[in-house]
Amino acid sequence: MTASFDPPLDHAPVSRLTGRTAFIALMLALLALLPVYTTLSGDAFVMTLFTRVLILAIGAVSLNLIMGYGGMVSFGHAAYLGIGGYAVGILAKEGIGSGFVQWPVAIAVSALYALVVGALSLRTRGVYFIMITLAFAQMIYYVAIGLERYGGDDGLTIYQRSGFSNLIDLNNKTVFYYLCFVLLLASIYLVSRLINSRFGLVIRGTRSNERRMRAIGFPTFRYKLICFVIAGALCGLAGALLANHTSFISPALMHWTRSGDLIIMVVLGGLGSLFGPLIGTVAFLLLEEALSRVTEYPDLILGPVLLLVAIYLHGGIEGLLQWRRHD
Amino acid sequence: MLYFIEQCLNGVQLGMLLFLLAAGLTLVFGIMDLVNLAHGSLYMLGAYFAATFAIVTGSFVAALVLAVVASLLAGMVLEVIAIRRLYRRSHLDHVLGTFGLLLFFNELVRLIWGPAGMTLPLPPQMLSAVEIIPGIYYPMYRLVIILATLAVAALLYVVVMRTRIGMLIRAGAANREMVAALGVNINLLYTLVFGLGAALAGFAGVMQAPILTVQIGMGENILILAFVVIIIGGIGSIRGAFVASLIVGLIDTLGRAFLPDMLHLALSTNAAATLGPALSSMSIYMLMAAVLIFRPEGLFPAASR
Amino acid sequence: MTSPLLQIDRLTKRFGGVVAADAITLDIPPGEFHAVIGPNGAGKTTLVGLLAGEVAPQEGAIRFERSDITRLPVYRRSRLGLARSFQISSLFSDFTALENVALATQAHRGHSFRFWRDARREAALHKPAQAALARVGLAARAQVRVDRMSHGERRQLEIAMALATTPRLVLLDEPMAGMGPEESAQMVATLRQLKGAMTILLIEHDMDAVFALADRITVLVYGRVIASGRPAEIKADAAVRQAYLGEKESTGHD
Repeated sequence: MTASFDPPLDHAPVSRLTGRTAFIALMLALLALLPVYTTLSGDAFVMTLFTRVLILAIGAVSLNLIMGYGGMVSFGHAAYLGIGGYAVGILAKEGIGSGFVQWPVAIAVSALYALVVGALSLRTRGVYFIMITLAFAQMIYYVAIGLERYGGDDGLTIYQRSGFSNLIDLNNKTVFYYLCFVLLLASIYLVSRLINSRFGLVIRGTRSNERRMRAIGFPTFRYKLICFVIAGALCGLAGALLANHTSFISPALMHWTRSGDLIIMVVLGGLGSLFGPLIGTVAFLLLEEALSRVTEYPDLILGPVLLLVAIYLHGGIEGLLQWRRHD
Repeated sequence: MLYFIEQCLNGVQLGMLLFLLAAGLTLVFGIMDLVNLAHGSLYMLGAYFAATFAIVTGSFVAALVLAVVASLLAGMVLEVIAIRRLYRRSHLDHVLGTFGLLLFFNELVRLIWGPAGMTLPLPPQMLSAVEIIPGIYYPMYRLVIILATLAVAALLYVVVMRTRIGMLIRAGAANREMVAALGVNINLLYTLVFGLGAALAGFAGVMQAPILTVQIGMGENILILAFVVIIIGGIGSIRGAFVASLIVGLIDTLGRAFLPDMLHLALSTNAAATLGPALSSMSIYMLMAAVLIFRPEGLFPAASR
Repeated sequence: MTSPLLQIDRLTKRFGGVVAADAITLDIPPGEFHAVIGPNGAGKTTLVGLLAGEVAPQEGAIRFERSDITRLPVYRRSRLGLARSFQISSLFSDFTALENVALATQAHRGHSFRFWRDARREAALHKPAQAALARVGLAARAQVRVDRMSHGERRQLEIAMALATTPRLVLLDEPMAGMGPEESAQMVATLRQLKGAMTILLIEHDMDAVFALADRITVLVYGRVIASGRPAEIKADAAVRQAYLGEKESTGHD
């Protein structure tokens, strides 16, 4: 008889489990078939919108890793979208158009920035941590504005998508969509392995009770920092994808309110669940889209909605699906 | 030299404005344990109120007074309707909820006043420059800002340290359950504290309006600076906020004024031109990073919490 | 004579004007069951904090197996074999009992920079964890989430966590806090089983338990050691009696 752990969710009744799995399966199926719909209907906009959804979902997955599983509320995560994007943009402008160079650089620089910011910020906790990550994100935003050569405040147009020799042509929108889809699934899979590994258990334990973790012998700072770097690197990849998608990169992408958007996506979907970030991103972007069609002042509705979510909705949408056990 | 003194004074002026914002933030955090991202919105509303009242009344002073009162009321109403429901929640929920408020207020201002922003004209008596030291002139209005904000800071000190209300505020910061248990109307206290923070923010918004800006989103950049101030000064500490505000104000102003030139001395023209503006805006974050390394609890951490 | 396992040497801690630990000196030989008692405010909590590494002393030193651990961070002390339990249960409330103890095991079984393999299936982790649970009588409750456990069970789990780190010295901070007579008796039985197998430093209010289990007892009053010796000596000590004069002998919980 193996004494393997039951993750807390396994005690949920089977019916709920099936309902939840069905929802996710359906969502994935729809996402997979979306290009078919686009081809048939001729509606290119939907694919553009959902490519963006997929890319930002990768960012949300990375934030969920540190926030949902690690308990580190970072209000500066959009910085990595920007760093990844600018890596692609700057290299493109300097004549290096190969994705084989651009994307690893995007990931590496993001990881490096996460290492520095994390090393400085992770000594603090709670509100301090939120404010400090916010400050560092704003710093990099100002740095980007100061980069006159690369567009400064106006941003930088990227004339060529990242080249991958003959392996894959990112100019083909459908191909690009599926690439993003595959990368998203890969990210989710990566996170799923991570959170149940030894490393992941340390991260989750630290979120649950850091004092206890230290008392049993874990140097928690080290683990949190590595987790922070992984999340930054993954988000840097999302940034590279985003730059390719919009063919444009500007400091506005790193403004701290964009970090707020990422937090919303993660919370809406349900903190600390594997597919929550995707659900949250879909929900948020669709909501944004819907509101902007209905009114000229979408934030008049979005703002209070967020407030209500903060006050009443614990566990986000996934919580509504009763995936997590409520105590 | 003249330029240096002028920049120093500008730094003090920025520091004082920051102090007003940071004081409100740190009070609310110290007493209600609430992170308020919408604090900058109250700063913005103060400026917009004043611009509107100035048009109506034609007087800067009247606009100032009315705007501060309006900010106080707005803060108190906001606390009752929305903020108080967030108290028991996690800091993440605070961040999320007040972020929603921030978005809401930006949009509301756009709806009511339009996207273009407004102006608040300088009071005519203050258009001149004052000779503060023989040979050195400084705009009078900027001097007024410094003095007025110092006066408010002193008033704040007196209220917090020497009055009953102030004592309750300090007690509430140290131990809110105890204060509630003593029969003090905690709800009212919180509303007043939040209102006070709003009034301070609104006052700062009005004062800076003639020389800086009245536009949507103006609260956001300065809010982050206020956060940096609190981190450097220590959360919950008004004295820390005061010292840190001056430091941050001076470093940011002097950095922007002198760093590009200093860089030109050290680096090639191209590099200096590229990096100059970027690096000079980074100076206070570098300071913050240094504080985090050597004294993570801040320069003057509050005794309790 | 074997050298002491734990040497506390003039350990002093001041909080502002209050001297919480006043030149505390104490030697604990290996294998001893040593209890520290004292009225409320005696500085027992501070002592635990100093030994565990959460509080830094102003003066004095702590030596564990002859190396100076005075400035070592908390996690390093655990690594060296100094385990502690918390007075107010500090567990991973959203995990099961087994998962809790397995984490403690994991901390002492190699490094945790493993990012891929499912650690929940690692026999090397949950077999020792299961054993530790059995030792405190919680084997049957392995799959129960901590936030669904009773207070007494959580206190037992605290002990199991400490044991799972295969310690040389266990620092038990009021393990019987908040327990009724039945649960206390069970805890005493558990502790009696551990006696002799490892060195134990027990901080407690429960006098019955202390006198039943301890080899030696130290009495702290206002941060200062006023007596230290065998249970019989302590019972007879005049200074100790005076310190407790007017204090009801607590028989279980506060």
